Formats: sequence, C-alpha cells, structure tokens
Amino acid sequence: MSQKSSDNGASLSQNGTSAYKFTKEQLAEIEVLKTKYPEVQAVTLPVLWMAQDTFGHVDPEVQRLVAQTLDLPESHVHGVAEFYTQYFKEPKGKHVLDVCTCLSCHLCGGMDILGYLENKLGIKAGETTPDGQFTLQEAECLGACGYAPMMQITNDVYVNHLTPEKVDRVLDQLASGQTPDFESIPMPLVSTTSNNKAAGGSDE
Amino acid sequence: MSDWRTYEPVLIPNIAGLNRLETYRKHGGYDALHAVLHDQNTWPDPASVVQEVKEANIRGRGGAGFNAGLKWSFMPPADGRPRYLACNGDESEPGTFKDRKIFEYNPFLFIEGATIAAYAMSITTIYVYIRGEYRSWIHKMEKAVSDAYDAGLLGQNILGSDFSVDLVLHSGAGAYICGEETSLLESLEGKRGYPRVKPPFPSQRGLWGRPTTINNIETLSNVPGVIRNGADWFKSIGVDSHPGPILYGISGHVNRPGVYELPSGMPVMTLIEEVAQGMRNGKKLKAIIPGGSSTPILPAKDLEDLTMDADALRGAGSMMGTAGMVVMDEDTDIVETLWRISKFYHHESCGQCTPCREGTGWLEKILEKVVTGQGTTRDLDLLLDITSQMEGRTICALADAAAWPVRYTISRFRDEFEARCKPSLIPVG
Ligand SMILES: Cc1cc2nc3c(=O)[nH]c(=O)nc-3n(C[C@H](O)[C@H](O)[C@H](O)COP(=O)(O)O)c2cc1C
Ligand code: SF4
Ligand code: FES
Repeated sequence: MSQKSSDNGASLSQNGTSAYKFTKEQLAEIEVLKTKYPEVQAVTLPVLWMAQDTFGHVDPEVQRLVAQTLDLPESHVHGVAEFYTQYFKEPKGKHVLDVCTCLSCHLCGGMDILGYLENKLGIKAGETTPDGQFTLQEAECLGACGYAPMMQITNDVYVNHLTPEKVDRVLDQLASGQTPDFESIPMPLVSTTSNNKAAGGSDE
Repeated sequence: MSDWRTYEPVLIPNIAGLNRLETYRKHGGYDALHAVLHDQNTWPDPASVVQEVKEANIRGRGGAGFNAGLKWSFMPPADGRPRYLACNGDESEPGTFKDRKIFEYNPFLFIEGATIAAYAMSITTIYVYIRGEYRSWIHKMEKAVSDAYDAGLLGQNILGSDFSVDLVLHSGAGAYICGEETSLLESLEGKRGYPRVKPPFPSQRGLWGRPTTINNIETLSNVPGVIRNGADWFKSIGVDSHPGPILYGISGHVNRPGVYELPSGMPVMTLIEEVAQGMRNGKKLKAIIPGGSSTPILPAKDLEDLTMDADALRGAGSMMGTAGMVVMDEDTDIVETLWRISKFYHHESCGQCTPCREGTGWLEKILEKVVTGQGTTRDLDLLLDITSQMEGRTICALADAAAWPVRYTISRFRDEFEARCKPSLIPVG
C-alpha cells in the first residue's frame, strides 16, 4: 500500500482508518464547502481535489480518508475517483505531462511532440521515468486547440505552441524546481482599419 | 457580410483590465443588473426580463442552439423553495476553446449575466461548473467571484435590493461527458457523470430534484447586452435567424488560429482567408469541421458561399455546434483524422448504453484497421451500419456525436477511405 502506512503502522487492512490525515485547517475548509450545497455528497469532487493536491494522488487509502471525513460510503468515493481521469488513482511522477493528441493538436503535430518526449524521457506514454520525476500521458482535448500542439503540467499550467526546443526548456525548468508561467494569449486583433478597436482583451 | 472589419466586440472588447471590477463598472458593467433590480418602469417583474431575453433569441452557444429566454420560460412558478442555475463551463468538445476567454478577459460580464438570469428565474443558487483542466481559469474566476461578493453584487440583498443569490464555482475532474447537461447535474451532486434519462427535464427536476436551468457560459454572457441595449439591438448583429456576437474558435492549418468575436453568419472563407489570415505554408484548403468535432465535416468545394449560422450550416449538411472551426489543408489524412475523433468518443463514452459503449468501441477499432491498411470496403459499410445502430437510441447525444463524424466523413470522402482499403475479396460486378 502507501509508503506512509508502514511509517506509522495505521495500515488500512488492520484497523480501517486511513494512513492519511487532513489538517485542522483543511477540515474547517471542508465544513465551509459543505455549506455551499444542500447535500454532503456534493463535496466529493472538491474534497478529492483537496486530497490530491495534498497527497499527490487519491489511491484507495486516500479515498478512504475522503469517505470517512465526509461520512460517505467508500464505494461511492471510489466510484467517483475512478470515473474522472484527472484523479490519480496511484502515485505518479513528480511532474505529470499531459500531451494533447486530440483533433486539432493531432493536425498540428501533437503526436510528434509526444514522440519527442517519449524519446527524450526514454519512456512510453502512460509510464513514469525511473527517477520518479516525470509521468508522460496522452490527453484528450484540453481546450487550447488554437495553440496546438500543447500540454498541461500536473493538472495545472498549460504550455502552448510546443516545439522540441520549447519542450527542452520546459523540462529543464521543471527539473530545476520551477513551474512555467501561465501563458496569457490575447485575442488577436481583427480590425484592419486603423481607426477602430477590435477584439483583444488584455490582463492588465 | 461587409462590415465585419468595423464590428465592435461586445463580449470581449479591447479594454485593458476589464477583468478588474472597477474597470468593468467604469465601462457600464452592472448597469444592466442595476436596471433590472431598480428600474421598475422598464423591468416591472422577473417575467419582463425573461420576455426580453426570449425576444432577443440568444441561441445557446453550448452546441444545441436553443433560444435561452424560451428555455428560461420553462421554469415552473417560484414556490419559495430552492431553484438552481447551472452554468456550463465544461468546454470539452474538441475544437472548442472560447469560454475560457470570457473567464480570463471578461469574467464579470458572465457573472452579471448569470445574476440577471437568476433574478429572472427566481434562482436561489448559481453553480458554475468549469472543467477541472481549467485550473488556471478557475483561479481567475475565484478572484472575480470574491470581488463581486465584496462589492455586494452577489450574496444577500444585491445592489441594495431584496434580491439575493449565491454563486458557487465547481471544478470538474476530467470527463467530457460532464458537459452534457444532465451529466453535469450528476457531477455537481458529487456522483459519477452518468447522463439522466429525460423526461423529467431539468426545468422540472434538476439538481437535487429541484427546478434547474442549464446554460453555456457564452450564452449567459450575452444577457447584460440584451438588457442594456434591448433585444432589437441584439438582433441587429449578424443574421436574423441566429443573431448576436459569436466567439469563433479557429484552429488547425491556418496562419493565425485563435478565438475571434464577430457577428453570427460570418462567411466561412472570410474567417479562414482574412480573419485567420489564410492557410499555413500556402497550402490549399481541403475541408473544415465547422463547430467542434461532432459536427459533420465539409469539403472545400462546399464552402464557397457558406456562412456560419445554424440555418446555413444545416443546409450545407452540418451544424453550428460550438463555432469551434477546425481547418484542414490538402495534406491532411482524413482517414486518420476520423480515427482520432472516434478514439476520443470511445474514450469519453460513459458506458451506460450498450449501443454507445459498444458502438464507439467498434468504430475506433475498425477505423484503426482501415488506417493501418488492414481494412476492406466491407468494413466501410460496416462502419456506416454501426452508426445507424447508434443514432437516436441512447440516453444522451454522445452516441450521435460519435456517429455523425463517421457517417459523414466516409460518405463525403469515400474515395480516400477506399484507397486505403485492401481490395475486397468479393469480386465486383
Ligand atoms: C456529449 C455532450 C457534451 C456536451 N458538452 C458541452 C460543453 O462542454 N459545454 C456546453 O456548454 N454544452 C455542452 N453540451 C450541451 C449541453 O448539454 C447543453 O445543451 C448546454 O449546456 C445548454 O446551454 P445553452 O443552451 O446555453 O447552449 C454537451 C452536450 C452533449 C450531448
Ligand atoms: S449515449 Fe453514451 S455517453 Fe450518453 S449516456 Fe449513453 S453510454 Fe453514456
Ligand atoms: S485538440 Fe488539443 S487542445 Fe483541443
């Protein structure tokens, strides 16, 4: 089971309590979450997210923690965790690279980027590097089709317009403990006449 | 359409810092909500708001194109018990990447629109469902929602009126099917996203068995404009049968892919050649998928005078969908592209209905055979046969969404599929 269970002996098969724990602050946050819905069950997804952000995955023992915290059947939490692809049902590499190979990315070289990463990391899609640094995955459309090819890093930031050079840079960055910045991609100007404004919102 | 170059965007205008509440308000933001809550002469009651929105004919931007105001009018009379608005920001149909632009650049427009909708339908809580992959955009929305609460624009007694509504952001966790409206409700309730059998419709029994309306993010973002400027103003934008601004998402083999706000009914060729600045590397256009991966492919020869609106696209044998247009050049391997689309739908089928679960699996498998040169022309007929077994026989429309691309891509590019097949063992003629 998990590495933690052997540390503190709270193995799930023995006494039925999870080896993982939420902090006091997290338990308070969960109470606030519950007030936003008429039924407790509705916080299953948010609390699974909270658990994954804390423990890095939602393996069966983390699922048990979520079930016990919410007083819901373990079978329910398990069923939900299994249904949604973003929940890691087992520990993954430190960085999870989700490379989109869906429609638009497929047309714009997504498979080449995936192949480049497979070569560079020496693993196939779905695998983790032996040093536990990188898990490589093939993803379905991530909603960045105009900025293909692209990938998402560990369920968080998107990196767009990938080239082998850019992939190299991102891997170096991740290896040195940095996360790539959020890329704001403004809407291109439509107007061709000078005296009129056109679409192109901006963040600042 | 000649005036697209002078069109002034209204959903995402070119105003720096519009994602900040004070900038949004300085440019007329929240005037519409204020009017609805305080201008008794123009807006005597919630029904008058529903009427105006219905009049504007904002056709749902989530794919089905249903008149938003008409949908609102299906809500039963308020009875003092909870009623919900579920805002659909799941945005997972391949080729679609527009709602995130609203979250990023004009979040308060959407929040104001949802709040007006809530007033119009006597909603007690708004849930905004955003796909889990959009974590960066969820963070942006969290900030906007918290600012709106702080300014008294959400929560109790909004803008000093006796109207109160809460807004809750809810993150998905990776499941395309949760964009289907009843699957979205299941997911909000904390379950696996299995679509529900209809009827009952969500307006009768939605979230937690209570009346619920589901609208797309872009749909709701059109509401403040309609309230501020009137239904006639809205109808003056674009084509009559499908009025208003559209966020066109253009991807694929063009020089300048991206999301563009322009009037409905834009000529397809203008979008490709002028707006997106033409085909990449000077290649020739081969085909487009006009509105997300489920909308039937259209070969270049059919695009000459075609416009982007529901009626014109239906006439041409396709659909408007999400207006996420995927452009393919002459080098595109249509067979492989179709296989990739089918792989997507197989991966995303929730598995509840046999025709969908089995059908999507077979489509992918047989297409893989064809892509690798192992298929025969009989496989092509088998594929078409499977699609007819899938359509209209399932709980939700995912099965149809999976079947259409196969049916129409094979019928419209049959020669390319046949060229890929091994000679059939049955002698011809
Ligand atoms: C398989 C499937 C996936 C869908 N995905 C989305 C989606 O990601 N976003 C969306 O707004 N609508 C999606 N829809 C459409 C919704 O069911 C619903 O019609 C829409 O959210 C209603 O909002 P509208 O009337 O404002 O467009 C999907 C439908 C199906 C059948
Ligand atoms: S049609 Fe497919 S996705 Fe929809 S409910 Fe049935 S099995 Fe699930
Ligand atoms: S196809 Fe890759 S982001 Fe949409």
